[in-house]
Amino acid sequence: MIKMFLTCLAVVLTFSAAQAEPLRIELDSPNIEPLPFAAPAFIAETAGADQYARDLAAVVSSDLQGSGLFRAIGQEAYISQITSFDSPVQYADWKAINAQALITGAVSTTNDGQIIVKFRLFDVFSEDQMGEGLQFVGSTSGWRRMAHKVADAVYSRITGEGAYFDSRVVFVSETGPKNARLKRLGVMDYDGANLQYLTDAQAIVLAPRFSPNGDRVIYTSYESGFPKIYVLDVASVGRRVLQDQPGTMSFAPRFAPNGQDVVFSLTTGSNTDIYKLNLASGERTQLTSSPAIETAPSYSPDGTQIVFESDRSGTQQLYVMPAGGGEATRISFGQGRYGTPVWSPRGDLIAFTKQNRGRFHIGVMRTDGSGERLLTASFLDEGPTWAPNGRVIMFTRETAGSGGSSTLYSVDISGRNLKAVQANASDPSWSPLLK
Amino acid sequence: MKTLTKVALLTTTIALAACAKSPFDRNGDGAGAGANGLNNGGISSSSLDPSSPAYFNETIGDKVLFAVDQSTLGDEARATLTQQAGWLSNNANYTAIIEGHADEQGTREYNLALGARRASAARDFLVANGVADNRLRTVTFGKERPLAVCSTEECYAKNRRAVTVISAGLGS
Repeated sequence: MIKMFLTCLAVVLTFSAAQAEPLRIELDSPNIEPLPFAAPAFIAETAGADQYARDLAAVVSSDLQGSGLFRAIGQEAYISQITSFDSPVQYADWKAINAQALITGAVSTTNDGQIIVKFRLFDVFSEDQMGEGLQFVGSTSGWRRMAHKVADAVYSRITGEGAYFDSRVVFVSETGPKNARLKRLGVMDYDGANLQYLTDAQAIVLAPRFSPNGDRVIYTSYESGFPKIYVLDVASVGRRVLQDQPGTMSFAPRFAPNGQDVVFSLTTGSNTDIYKLNLASGERTQLTSSPAIETAPSYSPDGTQIVFESDRSGTQQLYVMPAGGGEATRISFGQGRYGTPVWSPRGDLIAFTKQNRGRFHIGVMRTDGSGERLLTASFLDEGPTWAPNGRVIMFTRETAGSGGSSTLYSVDISGRNLKAVQANASDPSWSPLLK
Repeated sequence: MKTLTKVALLTTTIALAACAKSPFDRNGDGAGAGANGLNNGGISSSSLDPSSPAYFNETIGDKVLFAVDQSTLGDEARATLTQQAGWLSNNANYTAIIEGHADEQGTREYNLALGARRASAARDFLVANGVADNRLRTVTFGKERPLAVCSTEECYAKNRRAVTVISAGLGS
């Protein structure tokens, strides 16, 4: 009965959309039916742009479809062909195949190795263009980024929220057997394309994190034989050690939103506490001072608070303290152990790893600890990182046994759209949206 | 059950001695050779020179084990460390790095801190038993260098360890 009612409602909504309702996906609604769209091959406006024309449309489709919010309609279903970027859209032909959104584009190449990409987005049932047409110009090598920018614009216009396709992920690439695993830093587009290595595999490297504008990566390396924190410039791949005090070990670094301070764990003897370091002055401030293990600090996006994990209560739990240190408030109270908290870029949620009854979960909770929801479950899930729009989480999933390996997965904060992103990889950190 | 475990460990130690690979067990992965050693069957050899690092690694034992999520030294660990302290006192030209390790059941950062606690517990015991603390350094590997690679308690128990890695000369 209820099901039938919902179906009727959906039909009504579809019809009313033809009148005035703008095309919109509400990301917070409990049931999202992927929105059908058509993205015909872009128009090649110069000789030599044919391949880009096909590839651009394919990447735009892949981005949108990969988000789980959109469904690409196959080209074989198209009634109309787009033959010119500026010719009028035959809405009836796109309605007939139920394409609610239509993306058209054109690409041209210049003599000096640039490509120019134009696109428009149409709300088919309202028979209207959504937003202005946009044009991107860049070097041909950056064509995938331009496709991501088109997809970002489509995603934002239809959801009303920030997007995440034109972004990169820094992570640890893993090879070799489990007891002698080789690890090196890698950076790739959010979808796994354009992989580059930033370090060799001579020393164990762990948990790289992007700076707020993505120009630097901070990480832990064993290149001295001991875990120490390094800062690496992404463009030049030059690196320098940050914490090099004899007799201490440091790890779990993360940038402050100001890009000037970093927080990290420093181990002296048996005790691990959280410290802050100003990169310019080298001034170091101790933020926690208990005999417990205190690690995995992460700033709130406004820079005023830090969430971290501590076993001061006897087991790993999450705490929030002022960014300058001081009294910490415990926020995790469910069953099991909580670690690796990461504050959402939207500021509304904290993602974490939870261990309970021998299983690992990625979950989210509000910043006061309420509203806990587990998004995944497996033998070993850990280390969440947020997409720039705070709607998607990437994490490491490791399989059990002697042949166990790590794979990067992503999942929506709704718990939908769990999928593998990159094999033989761990410790992802998502960049901000590229400029 | 407890006795059975001990017998199994002893067998592993003997088998390891038979292999007599490099005395420098940099990654603490020596015991992994145990399974092969059991199949060797024939004549075994081990260092008789009590001042050799091989003797330290194989006869005294370079590893001590810990309970889940703990860094407290049990009786067996204390007995091994007491002998380690004696050897280090008698062989003053060696220094040691003590590696702390964790099993894979834990998040990466926490396991690094836990490994540091374990290495530190072993180090503190050696210092309390007469080894100068400037001859000892600690390092944690967290869950990065498991000795045994299965995902059951049998392997986890071997991975929750502190390994005393001997090296010649006074290090920095």
